[in-house]
Amino acid sequence: MSVVVEELTRTFGAIEAVKGISFAVEKGEVFGFLGPNGAGKSTTIKMLCTLLKPTSGRALVNGYDVVQMPTDVRRSIGIVFQDPTLDDYLSAEQNLRYHCMLYHTPPATRPTRIDSLLRLVGLEDRRKDLVKTFSGGMKRRLEVARGLLHEPQTLFLDEPTVGLDPQTRRSVWEYVMRLRQSTGLTIFMTTHYLEEAEYCDRIAIMDHGRVVALDTPDALKRQVGRESVHLVVAPEDVARAALVIGEDRRVTHGEGGELQVECAEGASGQALAAQLLRQLTLSDIAVQAVSVHAPSLDDVFMRLTGRAIRDETAGAKERLEARLRGRGRLRRRS
Amino acid sequence: MKGKVKMAQRSTLDTQPPLIAVHTTPPPPRTARLPVDLEGIAMIWLREMSRLWRQRTRLYGAIVRALVWLFALGFGLRRSFVPIAGLSYAQFVFPGVIAMTIIFSALQSAISIIWDREFGFLKEVLVAPTPRSTLVLGKCLGGATSSTAQAAIMLVFAPLAGVTLTPLHVLAALGAMFITALALSALGIVIALRMTDFENFGTIQNFITQPLYLFSGAIFPTRGVPGWLSALLFLNPLTYGVNAIRGALLGYNVSEVPRDIVALLGVTIVFLGIALMLARGEA
Ligand SMILES: Nc1ncnc2c1ncn2[C@@H]1O[C@H](COP(=O)(O)OP(=O)(O)OP(=O)(O)O)[C@@H](O)[C@H]1O
Ligand SMILES: [Mg+2]
Repeated sequence: MSVVVEELTRTFGAIEAVKGISFAVEKGEVFGFLGPNGAGKSTTIKMLCTLLKPTSGRALVNGYDVVQMPTDVRRSIGIVFQDPTLDDYLSAEQNLRYHCMLYHTPPATRPTRIDSLLRLVGLEDRRKDLVKTFSGGMKRRLEVARGLLHEPQTLFLDEPTVGLDPQTRRSVWEYVMRLRQSTGLTIFMTTHYLEEAEYCDRIAIMDHGRVVALDTPDALKRQVGRESVHLVVAPEDVARAALVIGEDRRVTHGEGGELQVECAEGASGQALAAQLLRQLTLSDIAVQAVSVHAPSLDDVFMRLTGRAIRDETAGAKERLEARLRGRGRLRRRS
Repeated sequence: MKGKVKMAQRSTLDTQPPLIAVHTTPPPPRTARLPVDLEGIAMIWLREMSRLWRQRTRLYGAIVRALVWLFALGFGLRRSFVPIAGLSYAQFVFPGVIAMTIIFSALQSAISIIWDREFGFLKEVLVAPTPRSTLVLGKCLGGATSSTAQAAIMLVFAPLAGVTLTPLHVLAALGAMFITALALSALGIVIALRMTDFENFGTIQNFITQPLYLFSGAIFPTRGVPGWLSALLFLNPLTYGVNAIRGALLGYNVSEVPRDIVALLGVTIVFLGIALMLARGEA
């Protein structure tokens, strides 16, 4: 087990940010925390990486208790925080070198390790440049590289892709998935991008300080409904098509020549689509369009909390900008 | 367009073997855990040095400020003062101007903790497997080194003030400057850790830097001042710093220099202790 959390609680004055959550993360797993703003994701991560003391409950990270053995926890984890933590006025390489000093990596291996990580995140040709000249995505990648320098067993990523454009987001994910493939690294991440949660082996959905669901993305989606196939045929063929598809399936008619066919419990929409296409073609019914609809994590979230996650997380980019703006007048964040 | 090129490069990477190994060896158990982490302190210190180098243009400002004070006081007030212990006023005030350079740069360097907190780098240090003393000691040594270096540049202007220097003077002065800088850096770190936002930055200049400088004996002799002022001088750590630097450069009031050294080191230790306590609360 890489992370074991039991009844973990954290309050800030009257605010109960985390309300007694329990879960465990397997070694080598990509584990995601999904939830709207203020759900308590960052607070949980900060407790796990020993920056915040739990109000009550217990957490083990890589076998070490976060309260009793914080130094061992710290040595065994890598972290990319929600807010950037690079020194903008140092070069990429200097940032990495200083990190090695803080983590006491063996001096002899430092140059090669730094080289290979810079190559991993595609920044080897920018190593001498000051970080302030980097784009948001490059900074993020550099932070991922830095978090891996000291060979951690578990990597924590707190919204690693917030504020990045879709292309950069995808490339950050490419790296993360490759890493997972080529190493036994455990990855613990938070996000409120539903499409990113799909990369995870398992997802904990967090809302108002509680874990309201925890399962694989597919199992979660199966909870809220089945996959379905949407077909478009010529309007005059609709009745015949419905007959061909069969009465034992749930078929609904849409406008014009639209048909929606629901899958059996747990069955794949794509397989059904292929089967329907074959049947209809054999019956000389021309299919003009076909698409497969799967329930989304959005639907899962809606069902569990009664709210759409998108409403609450809309404008992640604006939030990031607001945060950066807020830096003119500075508050202590913990 | 640029992004596309990057993506293409990356996908060629996919065909290569895994680039790095993660935790091939379990983290070595650390048997001896020192309460201080020398390499961590070295890292903070190095970063302070690279900051000094990066912001070397700020040095010109410091030099100009010091020269303005030197000329305005040393020459402007020349006729208004009787020689003090055989020293001209310009000679007398020269160590004071050096002390000013130290207090400005030591506080400025310590205040950078607030920047680090705001721009995130502080978290990188706080979450590393290193005790909080790393931050406090590294910053203190780094700030002291960088302000001593800045003040040392001022020694070049000694002839302007009519101060002749021997290598021995310079060496003694550097020592006095360094322990002065240590005390002021420690003070600055306490202030920075207490301060939660930048709006107070001007306040620090007005309420700390300037009074400490003006009521330190940097610009007037401390003998025969009114009682309230002598109390202020007694409480001000810079008083001891100014006296020690003046003793080193001019041989003035040397008998009190041992007291100065003890006072400065004592102040350093007390403020470092407070800073350590405050740093433990930092998250
Ligand atoms: N230092 C703090 N002091 C007071 N309240 C805090 C502090 N940190 C977090 N909180 C509160 O705890 C709750 C959970 O915050 P947290 O940052 O964990 O949310 P999150 O899930 O990471 O949200 P986001 O998606 O916006 O990052 C919020 O109500 C927040 O206001
Ligand atoms: Mg968060």
